[in-house]
Amino acid sequence: MDRAEVDTKIRELIEPFNKKGVELKDETTFQNDLEFDSLTVMDFVAEIEDEFDIIISMNQQAEIENYGQLVDAVHKLQAGA
Amino acid sequence: MSEGISQPDQPQPLEAHAGDKDLFSKFDDIIALREGLLSQGREDPFNLVMEKVLSPTRAICNGRETILLGTYNYMGMTFDPDVVEAGKQALADFGTGTTGSRVLNGTYQGHKECEEALREFYEMDHAMVFSTGYQANLGIISTIAGKGDYIILDIDSHASIWDGCAMGQAEVVPFKHNDIEAMEKRLKRIPEGAGKLVVLEGVYSMLGDIAPLKEMVAIAKKYGAMVLVDEAHSMGFIGENGRGVVEDAGVIDDVDFIIGTFSKSVGTVGGFCVSNHPKFEIMRLVCRPYVFTASLPPSVVATAATSIRKLMHGSNKRAHLWENSKNLHAGLRDLGFKLGTEEPQSAIIAVIMPDLEKGAHMWEALIRNGLYVNLARPPATPAGMTLLRCSLCAEHSEEEVGQILEIFEKSGKETGII
Repeated sequence: MDRAEVDTKIRELIEPFNKKGVELKDETTFQNDLEFDSLTVMDFVAEIEDEFDIIISMNQQAEIENYGQLVDAVHKLQAGA
Repeated sequence: MSEGISQPDQPQPLEAHAGDKDLFSKFDDIIALREGLLSQGREDPFNLVMEKVLSPTRAICNGRETILLGTYNYMGMTFDPDVVEAGKQALADFGTGTTGSRVLNGTYQGHKECEEALREFYEMDHAMVFSTGYQANLGIISTIAGKGDYIILDIDSHASIWDGCAMGQAEVVPFKHNDIEAMEKRLKRIPEGAGKLVVLEGVYSMLGDIAPLKEMVAIAKKYGAMVLVDEAHSMGFIGENGRGVVEDAGVIDDVDFIIGTFSKSVGTVGGFCVSNHPKFEIMRLVCRPYVFTASLPPSVVATAATSIRKLMHGSNKRAHLWENSKNLHAGLRDLGFKLGTEEPQSAIIAVIMPDLEKGAHMWEALIRNGLYVNLARPPATPAGMTLLRCSLCAEHSEEEVGQILEIFEKSGKETGII
């Protein structure tokens, strides 16, 4: 999958978690803009992991602050899987 | 999950206020939250002082005689005459403290006897005693799972487990609480050849629910992972010999490490790990939270060893504690309270409150009416719940459980919760 396809898929997955309908840009942050708490993060990460058949460890999650970084990380991880 | 009042067990970074040079500015939100709660003129649920302790189940709290239903004294060993006597004797014979590490001058006869008692209790080859239960998890997890290894753990794990993961710098992969399928999916995806440690708890202390260990341990083994189970809240009570949920589920021989504590059923303080791993003894040299701290005082290990040996023969007490748990669970449910588990699964019964404010109000009504329970609130609780956590003791009499239910009824009606 190329980066654009990963982006499209993640946009689909994030929808049920994006309760306020915040517009997604690469610089949109999970904590401040999307207001994800730790439980939401766990459920959302689980969805992505299952969809792409990858693991995003908490150590990796700590490096991901915004949407663009997530797409990059997933793109890289699924290519290596 | 457990004792965190203003913080979750899973550590969260706090944000400092921009441009503020006071390193304490990151705590401003917590300070404001606490002041808000106290300004309503409530008794502070987290500042209770026990002026006198009358027995494992009674104390004078804030000037009132109070039934204790929020301690971890499950087997009521704190005033056992044999246990108290063993402590007194060790204090007289060996003094007040060891003033040294276990690996230097801090291993006394009593520490060896305590480890011997643990090996017999669990029928395992090795036992290692730490100065606290927190250090047992911190030390074992951080030492065996290092950089490049993977730890797969339940999202509702205790703070000592999370901190052990962080200290060891392993890759940390959490799964949804007690979700067997979610655990297997993650194990399956771990890169081939990587070291794997699955960390589970027998009883989760917030809701008092138990883990499906039979299934989970089998899956962990299928994927070649080592398994560590924290049995802090089940020791002495669950399982035919009180060895925990691992014994009850019939998987004790398949787990690699059991972590436990002396500060619950054993009735003092300290932590331990038991294992059959052939190389386990090397832990004493490489485990930093074991090496770089003073060992437990002689009186503490003497009381622990005596208590552990008595717990081996505690089947009558175990049976009575199960009765108490069943009676309290059924009684509270019949009064109309919402409980954390459908059936009683442990000595912890969690009563779910509608919100934090009503929960704090109910807690205060209970304490005024002579009953102490734990108020557990977000963010330390799963799913943002406010809980009144009741933990029973084998020394609660049947009549006392009746009294407890009367106080719950009275307080619940006063506060409009039932």
